Amino acid sequence: MASLTPVQRTARVIPTRQRLAFRLLDDRNFLGLLMIAPAAAFLLVFLAYPLALGFWLGMTDATIGQPGRFVGFANFISLAHDQIFWLSVFNTTFYTVVASALKFGLGLYLALLLNRRLAMKSLVRAVVLLPFVTPTVLSAIAFWWIYDPQFSIISWSLIKLGLIHQYIDFLGSPWNARWSVIFANVWRGIPFVAITLLAGLQTISPSLYEAATLDGAGPWQRFRFVTLPMLSPIIAVVMTFSVLLTFTDFQLIYAITRGGPMNATQLMATLSFQRAITGGNLGEGAAIADAMVPFLLAAILFSYFGLQRRRWQQGSRD
Amino acid sequence: MADITRRRVLQSGGAAGLLLMPGVARAEPTWNGPAPESGASIRVLRWKQFIQAEFDSFVANTKKFTEKTGVKVRVDAESWDDIRPKSAVAANVGAGPDIIMGTLDDPFKFKDKLLDLTDLADYIGATSGGWYPVARKYGMSGNRWIALPQGASGGCMNYRISTMHAAGFDEFPKDTAGYLKLCQGLKKAGKPPGFALGHATGDANGWAQWCMWAHGGKTVDDKNNVAIDSPETVAALEYAKQLYATYIDGVLSWLDPSNNKAFLADQISLTLNGISIYTVAKNSPDPALKAIAADMDHANMPIGPVGHPTEQQNILNTYAYAYTKYPNAVREYLRFMWDKDQVDIWETQSNGYVAPPLPAWNDNPIWTADPKVTPFRDVLKYALDDGYSGALGNASAAVMGDFVVVDMFAEACTGNKSAKDAAHDAAERVKRYYNA
Repeated sequence: MASLTPVQRTARVIPTRQRLAFRLLDDRNFLGLLMIAPAAAFLLVFLAYPLALGFWLGMTDATIGQPGRFVGFANFISLAHDQIFWLSVFNTTFYTVVASALKFGLGLYLALLLNRRLAMKSLVRAVVLLPFVTPTVLSAIAFWWIYDPQFSIISWSLIKLGLIHQYIDFLGSPWNARWSVIFANVWRGIPFVAITLLAGLQTISPSLYEAATLDGAGPWQRFRFVTLPMLSPIIAVVMTFSVLLTFTDFQLIYAITRGGPMNATQLMATLSFQRAITGGNLGEGAAIADAMVPFLLAAILFSYFGLQRRRWQQGSRD
Repeated sequence: MADITRRRVLQSGGAAGLLLMPGVARAEPTWNGPAPESGASIRVLRWKQFIQAEFDSFVANTKKFTEKTGVKVRVDAESWDDIRPKSAVAANVGAGPDIIMGTLDDPFKFKDKLLDLTDLADYIGATSGGWYPVARKYGMSGNRWIALPQGASGGCMNYRISTMHAAGFDEFPKDTAGYLKLCQGLKKAGKPPGFALGHATGDANGWAQWCMWAHGGKTVDDKNNVAIDSPETVAALEYAKQLYATYIDGVLSWLDPSNNKAFLADQISLTLNGISIYTVAKNSPDPALKAIAADMDHANMPIGPVGHPTEQQNILNTYAYAYTKYPNAVREYLRFMWDKDQVDIWETQSNGYVAPPLPAWNDNPIWTADPKVTPFRDVLKYALDDGYSGALGNASAAVMGDFVVVDMFAEACTGNKSAKDAAHDAAERVKRYYNA
């Protein structure tokens, strides 16, 4: 057997490597992994790492400037005995449930209205979006003025109309303050729900309504047995987002009340910031943020596995 | 060794006065700090100005420093409430501004990350007759200076002269008993007092802490033992309840800007605030506001049963991070800016917005040219520190950041809780930080 020259040897090696590369690229599993690698790296660095760091911090007594040491569940045990923490849990749950329910009801109603034939439809739809596109802090400051105990435009108007005799203390008593910030949140959140549901409504084929009408269905039955089931996958997604955004709300509260009066509007997110950054106890603040996770997971699971159930969509009971 | 001795002498209470006594031989302190690093460039993050001329003169002084030394300085300004999280992040990640001009006990939360300013603070103290005790407290951690107090955006009682007369008072009362009577009179006269009780970091803490301390209450004692649940605190809360009854409606939701708006809108006749209300009113082209400026004056906070002044002030505190690449430039910049020549220009332009941390700065004519400004000059003479009477640190910052004292007053004033229960619950909250 004649020995190969170096040139001949190289010529044989390259095709082998190329074949390996081609074979790998032909492999569906490998190609799949390769394609999701950038997204996975992105999620790992910007999502998983901060989340894991948050959990770790919650298990330490870290303060600003000090890395802290591992303290296990000490922060959570301490929070369990903290009345302000439990007040913030109550406030957050109440805020989320009431605001999300109102946003859903009013958003769906608005979507149904916008789905009808309206004069200047595009303009009206653009106007509806305005509260959503206004920067949160700006709208929060506007609400801060609207609710001002001395300068409220609402109180001023009602006094001029002779309907009340003194300014309404919107933010000065615990329950007034809770309802006021819920209203501000609903005002901001409705457009997102309405416009998304409107998009869903427009995908429902008119032939379904025609068939229902031929079967003798009235407006309520058409809504109950055609619109709602067809819309429920969109509702599941939009309400999941809405609940998540409401539960983690920070800006509105921070600008309008800073959690006052007497912590009546203190949400878990604002308390977490107050304890971690203003107060300097990073570990405790992180633990409060961690405590939000079970609630958020429950909301997501409810939306995904509840609202997307086929039986619900078909209108029968579970 | 000689240096240590000099420092010790200067640190002792009467030493500065001794140095100023005629006939006592003294050597003029000199600054022997190293020259700035060549090519140095530093970043300063400071509190956002309320008075534009103040900021402009600060920048002009900085420019003068750059011309003199060649050190480039970038100055950014943000609301002092926002500086707190930024300073925390900078300390944690070890990057960001070289110098922060922030507030209160923030530097004590990350004291190990800061540049040692002991020599500089000693030098400034020596050249200016010593620091006020409260300034020393905010500057020193143990024997080490970790911050340079810049002064205080001092709070005084802002009152309407005509309403005070209508309430039957010729001058502002100096004790808490007379002060309560004044508040009741102001309400009767139709223009009530208004003091924030919402989560207003500056204004609500300002009067709530003053009231607690004035009656002998304190968050913790000298040894950092929780002491807030005491008969003295309960007495303060009972007193505050009577004050609250005279306040305008809605103070429970007030944040820091609320009292300014209400005072300038002629709705209240008494509040706790810096010089900003007066400055805005005086400089306004609006005759109504000018009339308010003419009819208003300022006074230091009344003294309570405890028998000494107990003001709480928003101390402006400056600190530099140890991560800076140019520690010499940083020190030289601070020395330059704290030099009386620069301070005098800056104080004049700020129209008395920042009360001096050193009595030697009091001779600026700005403090006496308009007698209505004079009370602001002395606020640091009368102030106690936030952790009073314990040490400043993480726990004191956390208690203040969590609005424990403000919430306690709000709960007692509104009747949401009895004074005793409010004090007891506040103690439980304080213990979470001090006993941790």
